[in-house]
Amino acid sequence: MKKENFIWTSVRTGLLGGIIAIFLCLIGMVEIFSKRDVIEKIITLGDFILLATFLSTGYIAARKSSNPEEQKQPLNSLMAGLLAGLITGLLMVIFVWLGTQINLRAVFLNASPALYKLLEFRQGTSSGWLLPTIGLSAGLAGALLFILPEKIRQPLTRAIFFTFFMALFSGLFRVIMINQKGEIAKFAKYIFGQTGLTTEGTIIFFTAALLISIFWATSSRSLQEGYARLPKNNQTILRVLLFIFIAYIALALPQVSGPFIAQVIVIVSVYILMGLGLNITLGFAGLLDLGFVAFFAVGAYTVGLLTSYSIFGLQHIPFWVAVPIAVLISMLFGAILGLPVLGVRGDYLAIATLGFGEIVRLLAGSDFLAPFLGGAQGIVGVQKPCLGFLGEFLKTDVPRVCTGLELGGPKEIYYLAVASAILIAFIALRLQKSRLGRAWMAIREDEDVAEALGINLIQTKLLAYMLGAASAGLGGAIFTVLVGSIFSTSMVLIVSINVVALIIVGGMGSIPGVIVGAIALIGLPELLREVSEFRFLFYGIALVMMMLAKPEGLWPAQAILRELHHEGPSAEPKVKPSKAKA
Amino acid sequence: MRTSIGERLLDLAVSGFLWGFRILIVVVVVLGTILTIQAGKYTGQQWIDFVVFGISQGSIYALIALGYTMVYGILRMINFAHGEIFMSGAFGGYFIATWLAGIGFMDQHPMLGLIIAILFGMLISTLIALLVERIAYRPLRGAPRLVPLISAIGASYFLQYTFRGLFGPGVYAYPSISALDGKFNFLGIDILKVQVIVAVAALIMMSILYFIVMYTKIGKAMRAVSENKDVAALMGIDVNRIIVSTFALGAAMAGAAGVLYGLTFRQVTFFTGFTPGIKAFTAAVLGGIGNIPGAMVGGLVLGLVESIGPALFLDSLGIPRPYQLKDAIAYIMLVMILLFRPSGILGERISKKA
Amino acid sequence: MTDILSAKKVIKRFGGLVAVNSVDFDIPENSIVSIIGPNGAGKTTFFNMITGFGKIDEGEISFEGTPTHRLRPDQITRLGISRTYQNIRLFPDMTALENILVGQHLFLTSSWISAVLNTPRVRAEEKMAIEEAQRLLNFVNLAGKGDMLARNLPYGAQRRLEIARALATKPKLLLLDEPSAGMNPSETEDLTNFIRRLRDELGISILLIEHHMRVVMGISERITVLDYGEKIAEGTPKEIQSNPKVIEAYLGRGAATAGMANSHERFSENQPKSQTR
Repeated sequence: MKKENFIWTSVRTGLLGGIIAIFLCLIGMVEIFSKRDVIEKIITLGDFILLATFLSTGYIAARKSSNPEEQKQPLNSLMAGLLAGLITGLLMVIFVWLGTQINLRAVFLNASPALYKLLEFRQGTSSGWLLPTIGLSAGLAGALLFILPEKIRQPLTRAIFFTFFMALFSGLFRVIMINQKGEIAKFAKYIFGQTGLTTEGTIIFFTAALLISIFWATSSRSLQEGYARLPKNNQTILRVLLFIFIAYIALALPQVSGPFIAQVIVIVSVYILMGLGLNITLGFAGLLDLGFVAFFAVGAYTVGLLTSYSIFGLQHIPFWVAVPIAVLISMLFGAILGLPVLGVRGDYLAIATLGFGEIVRLLAGSDFLAPFLGGAQGIVGVQKPCLGFLGEFLKTDVPRVCTGLELGGPKEIYYLAVASAILIAFIALRLQKSRLGRAWMAIREDEDVAEALGINLIQTKLLAYMLGAASAGLGGAIFTVLVGSIFSTSMVLIVSINVVALIIVGGMGSIPGVIVGAIALIGLPELLREVSEFRFLFYGIALVMMMLAKPEGLWPAQAILRELHHEGPSAEPKVKPSKAKA
Repeated sequence: MRTSIGERLLDLAVSGFLWGFRILIVVVVVLGTILTIQAGKYTGQQWIDFVVFGISQGSIYALIALGYTMVYGILRMINFAHGEIFMSGAFGGYFIATWLAGIGFMDQHPMLGLIIAILFGMLISTLIALLVERIAYRPLRGAPRLVPLISAIGASYFLQYTFRGLFGPGVYAYPSISALDGKFNFLGIDILKVQVIVAVAALIMMSILYFIVMYTKIGKAMRAVSENKDVAALMGIDVNRIIVSTFALGAAMAGAAGVLYGLTFRQVTFFTGFTPGIKAFTAAVLGGIGNIPGAMVGGLVLGLVESIGPALFLDSLGIPRPYQLKDAIAYIMLVMILLFRPSGILGERISKKA
Repeated sequence: MTDILSAKKVIKRFGGLVAVNSVDFDIPENSIVSIIGPNGAGKTTFFNMITGFGKIDEGEISFEGTPTHRLRPDQITRLGISRTYQNIRLFPDMTALENILVGQHLFLTSSWISAVLNTPRVRAEEKMAIEEAQRLLNFVNLAGKGDMLARNLPYGAQRRLEIARALATKPKLLLLDEPSAGMNPSETEDLTNFIRRLRDELGISILLIEHHMRVVMGISERITVLDYGEKIAEGTPKEIQSNPKVIEAYLGRGAATAGMANSHERFSENQPKSQTR
């Protein structure tokens, strides 16, 4: 009876794993990822995700086969992993066979001969046994991973993840290290390939990570105790040192990373800045704003119109004067758009603000406003910020001369973005602890009661909304000087969704969460060309998974953590705020 | 009274602003209409074309809006991925129609071919909607409102880019079906055949849905659940099953709409679902969300305003290429309804505070 | 004695249903007044109208001579009316202290800019607010519980915290919606004394919705009975106890002869479990 059960669940897990693997093939992920190596000449990223799918299938089958309350039964688990891996592999074989028999490509673009070739794993002609064997062994390996004791499994998985991470970002590290010249550059070429790691590099990273995590597993407790035994002053010093170290790396990064990566880092920091602002609106006050891009556009166009030396430039004032004006105008727009709609309920607010974002984009790109905003041609020739004296405006299409330091490229504008982000973070932190922060939190938790305690809902919500708008305007302003031009086509809904997604993935209401979220959702796809193709697919998965499994985000704020895990049908009915149905 | 001057000013600003907004819209609409009619730039035939196009477009919106409204009625959630369900129907219809056209079936039996294409589109949409409901929505029932909404946004992106991955970013052109080309002559007025067929098909679909909801056992159960889930459960109704069938029914309508959309515009891409999805939501709100006849009326009104509006209101006000602002008109309508009549044309007042 | 609140010919409809039908109602200054009535009699609806949550369809309500039926809830609170809820509605994820601080929102005036700059005035204001909140916590016997999350407090403490939060708005009239629901006899006794103290020490008028007849009869100076949205009786506890219409409303026809004295116990057992909102 029980045995049957476990065979059936393994078969089901295997089928599911097979479907996912085929899905990865059909959406083209395997093929595109195959252009990038994880380990040079041995494993491509495409192979890696397939192997990872097989491995997880085996692991999950093994876990499902054993009763969590009882002791692990190694043989059972191994059998389950083996079976599931085999089924997954068989399903893939059927898929390949089907593909060679009928023309799947008439419907599925990626079901190409090139894909089937890839599924031979460079073994020459495919014979039917290759995929099942790989599936079977990977499934077995997954099951093996499951039955290993925690003490071995954890360092092992950590080492694998770390090595994979290094392989993924080998390009970044390689560039940085090669820029250092000398021995470091030589070493970089030794461990990093063109894409991915070399075999030697893999071994080095894997063993190093394994050793460190084993060391950590055995001695982390004594280290922590040692830290706790230090006098208070020394603890503070240690923490400050750590902070300075991180800050130093963060600040120095664009200087050593080369222009492309510097550009990515600036974009990430602009998103961090906007995320921190929307965090006030969404994280503190609970207002879902899907029209954030509207204010981004307002900030960008204001700075463009005020500083551009093209024919669209209304004024030719310095950036430093234009930015405060842009922020104020963004806030004004926040008030104009916010006043009417802040009375409507949460999910309606989301759709209404989404409408605003689209209206702004359509207007900016229309021929109607083209005489002012450039229409589809956009505005070019945005004056770069200048630390020092800015020469006279001579004529259109000629920038004003900057005597002093011109913040011309990403390397310089980065510090502008970081300073702005710190400013917004500071404002957010101070406000969170003030009477306004409490009022926002009260509104988020129970709007009716907050109002009954004398909180003016419109006024309080409007402030949160306007502060969000201000940060979006600031973000737009910085983005504009970074790029040097504005096009209505960059004011798309995606920008709003990006910011919302990074807050949710990072953790609503949490400042480190915003940073983690921006790096994960904006930085990674920008750095990994192959991944950027599937970036929104990952967004989709990330948003759903986050809501299902970890609604508080990767790095949650304490309060939200408490809230989301309790509010629900099974919450303690005594304190659950019941929404009025009047 | 301890009210501060600032607060009173704010209240004044709010109401002043709202009134200003209303007056502005009314002035634009009235002035634009008068000027346009005076200018006489458009011929009678052009206006008729606008109206017919508006009706056929509006009936597609109405079909999609039904899904939004039904799901909202039962779960009080905005199914943000509904536009993508619609898009998947359009893709399903495309593949079957291309195949049928390829083997010559479409030319021999155009009506039967169309029906098969529509049914297939409905099937695909329904399957995908059921998957989405099972994976992304069901575990989140009873969570705070924003949680399922965000999950729905995620599902929407996932579906869009899955389709992009599966079928590529390119545009798929619907096959041309000779039976749909050309015009009807009705009382001396020329009307495009496609648009008539689309409107009629949509009307048939809506009638079927209305019949199901009003007169079948499952339809009655749906209405009971949307009134009060707990009581319905006590009456022995399997609430879960009803929710699933609501999703299925709404998705089927969206799938049919997808195929009809494909026939009208002759093209479909992975991004096809986004704009019609938001517009259909607007239509649902316009008619009063949760209200089935409301969605139908709202869809038609939206389609008509969108089709006639740019020419009627904006053209004579000196706005070049007013059709560029077609979508903006729809979004402004959405904001206006939320502001001034959240209950919609036929609905109850529910958008302000549940 | 003047009336602090008076409602005249108030009507409230939900669709075709008349929830409150032409009710006249006054609360004398510095008094304890109760509204009783069977479930669904319109008591909570009436509360909501006084606090501005439901707009009334006809009639008028005025507080200290100011008409309130066109004001928003926050404006009404500003005038000096505060309330608690039948099903406790604290901010569950804020601490007890923070809950009270939210109640003090009205009296904190620092702007967002000064809050960002953390000016000395803001700091002083914040310090005073916290002291006041501590004082209120002491007043409701929650001293030292300030840092606990509201959701983690025991039931009785949540009830008291909700009252403290309402008091933080410095009301002249406090509306208590079934404060004794779910309490045992000794807690109920404490509550009764506590309500009396509110009136005697702080000079706050009290309007009470209560099913617990011992509480109602023990502290009310006047009782109004609602049934199906209509006022069927009004008077002192004594008068109400012997009013046949009231007994009929509660126990149905034929029970009127049984007398009120017997039914005390049944009233107290018959506490509402469902929420009428």
